[in-house]
Amino acid sequence: MSGRVHVGASIAGALILSVMSGVVCAQQGTTPAEEPWAVGRPKADAALKLAPVAAFPVPTAPDKLPKLKVPAGFKVEVWASGILDARSLRQGDKGTVFVSSLFVASKVYAITDKGGKREVKTIVDKLELANGIEFYKGALYVATPKQILRLDNIEASLDSPPKPVLVTDKLPGDAHHGWKYLRVGPDGKLYVPVGAPCNICNPDERYAAIFRMNLDGSGVETVAKGVRNTVGFDFHPVTKELWFTDNQRDWLSEDMPVDELNRITAPGKQHFGFPFCHSGLMTDPEFGWGHTCDEFVKPAALLGPHMAPLGMRFYTGKMFPQKYQGAIFITRHGPWNRTKKDADVAVAFLDKNGRVTSIEPFLTGFVANNTYIGRPVDVMTMPDGSILVSDDHAGAIYRVSYGR
Amino acid sequence: MVASETPFRNVHPKARRHTLLRRVLLTVAAAMIAGAAQAQDMTARWQEMCAACHGPAGRSEQADVPSIGAQPVLFTAIQLFLFREGRRTGTPLADAMTEVAKQLNDSDLRSFADFVATLPPPPPEDGPVDEAKFRRGMDVARARRCEVCHNPDYSGREQMARLAGQREDYLTKALADYKAGRRVGAQAAMLEAVAGLSDEQLGELAYMLSRWRKQ
Repeated sequence: MSGRVHVGASIAGALILSVMSGVVCAQQGTTPAEEPWAVGRPKADAALKLAPVAAFPVPTAPDKLPKLKVPAGFKVEVWASGILDARSLRQGDKGTVFVSSLFVASKVYAITDKGGKREVKTIVDKLELANGIEFYKGALYVATPKQILRLDNIEASLDSPPKPVLVTDKLPGDAHHGWKYLRVGPDGKLYVPVGAPCNICNPDERYAAIFRMNLDGSGVETVAKGVRNTVGFDFHPVTKELWFTDNQRDWLSEDMPVDELNRITAPGKQHFGFPFCHSGLMTDPEFGWGHTCDEFVKPAALLGPHMAPLGMRFYTGKMFPQKYQGAIFITRHGPWNRTKKDADVAVAFLDKNGRVTSIEPFLTGFVANNTYIGRPVDVMTMPDGSILVSDDHAGAIYRVSYGR
Repeated sequence: MVASETPFRNVHPKARRHTLLRRVLLTVAAAMIAGAAQAQDMTARWQEMCAACHGPAGRSEQADVPSIGAQPVLFTAIQLFLFREGRRTGTPLADAMTEVAKQLNDSDLRSFADFVATLPPPPPEDGPVDEAKFRRGMDVARARRCEVCHNPDYSGREQMARLAGQREDYLTKALADYKAGRRVGAQAAMLEAVAGLSDEQLGELAYMLSRWRKQ
């Protein structure tokens, strides 16, 4: 691979490089107390115990994996274990399951099914924060905070992956919320988000948005603005509208803001609120002055405080009961910025007009004694209609099937 | 640098580095032999593989080599993992540590991390304290809320390192590496935590943490 990605430009990096890149965060204070990253942090004792949750750098042994629960009639099994830091899931035309990773492993794996036994190969190594992957027309696309790379005809060369072709290296490159989620849309364009390089700030227009571009990296357009950090989206199977999950800011309170499921009905024309309005419910204590939430698109559904919804898929498989047709499976990675931990794969049911009518927990059992024993990241439908769910905490992939 | 703390204080810097490197190489050789004998108890493996550089009780007397006594289990495991995977490289010491870590299997990561956590925490750096500088370091730490993750006594927890009593030269280097993006932790949190701090402020922070005492 092309070696280490430039991950130095977080907020400070962005400030230092501001001459070059033109980045100006709204709150570049001169005293440390005013730095953007520290804004809004509480001093309460319970809050002082909160910090991002890291996983042990060794996958959980198969017999120690969480005993997950599913609704009656469904079955959950471990599809693959020993997959350190398993994040995004994509499947190739020939059946290969590609799995990305994020902070810990810095690898992309290829898993092939050899008569019920899974064979794991590392096809990309030491590529920092390469969370975003997509498979399209024989090629695997891999996104880092700075670049999108393409590995052509990948399934024919899993043992000696091809030299990556550079699609673009024009992404801002910040480590903070710089990891990507990648999809090729029904329009054949590559959809790429760029998160806000902060917990809460008002960054320039290269951030806090979803973009799309041609497969060669040209023709970049803004699809949605005011998106703090989306790490999962999918296209409605009928309307082709893009729906996305969005992670709201930290440190406001235990129960606010509430993370969002959003629906884009007018690509390029809609603003989803960040940093002015959160959850469609409240203006930001710092950036919300002079604004009202009515200026922005309301969420299609609320997914829980600090719940960190990540991957999502509309279900179009043939295996699950009829009521799941067109419903959305959403992984909720679970909060770190909240004293009460919770994580699951939820299912959102929609009516004929595309309105969310209810959200129910679907795959549960990731938390024991208020501690994570697993954390779901991405969800993908398999050709037989079963779904796969990745878990970056336990380093495993689960399969949920129905019947038999 | 805290040259007075090193056993090589009267030696020319270049010779000192050579001696240090030779010692590291011997450790690597010892590690390769030790790797074959899985069943050894952890104290023996520690003495053989780690103690020469990190100190018999986990307090380092070597420039640029961290004290690792009483580091949280998850922190040590992740660092060993990053070294083993070749993701903390770029200096002779880091490269030497990579060679050591390559001898470790997954279960070793856990055993060594567990063992290191049982070693005593390193005491504060010796000598008189420049109170004004110490206070400036405290101001930086408070402004950046270092204690939110690293605990009010800087003892560390989970993936977040113990900082109290760490060598000043090592802290200075580590903070500079985070700031420059040369080092990424188990999460991206440190990148933003040191964002915008001057070298002088990083130095004051390192000065304070290396001498931290219960206030």
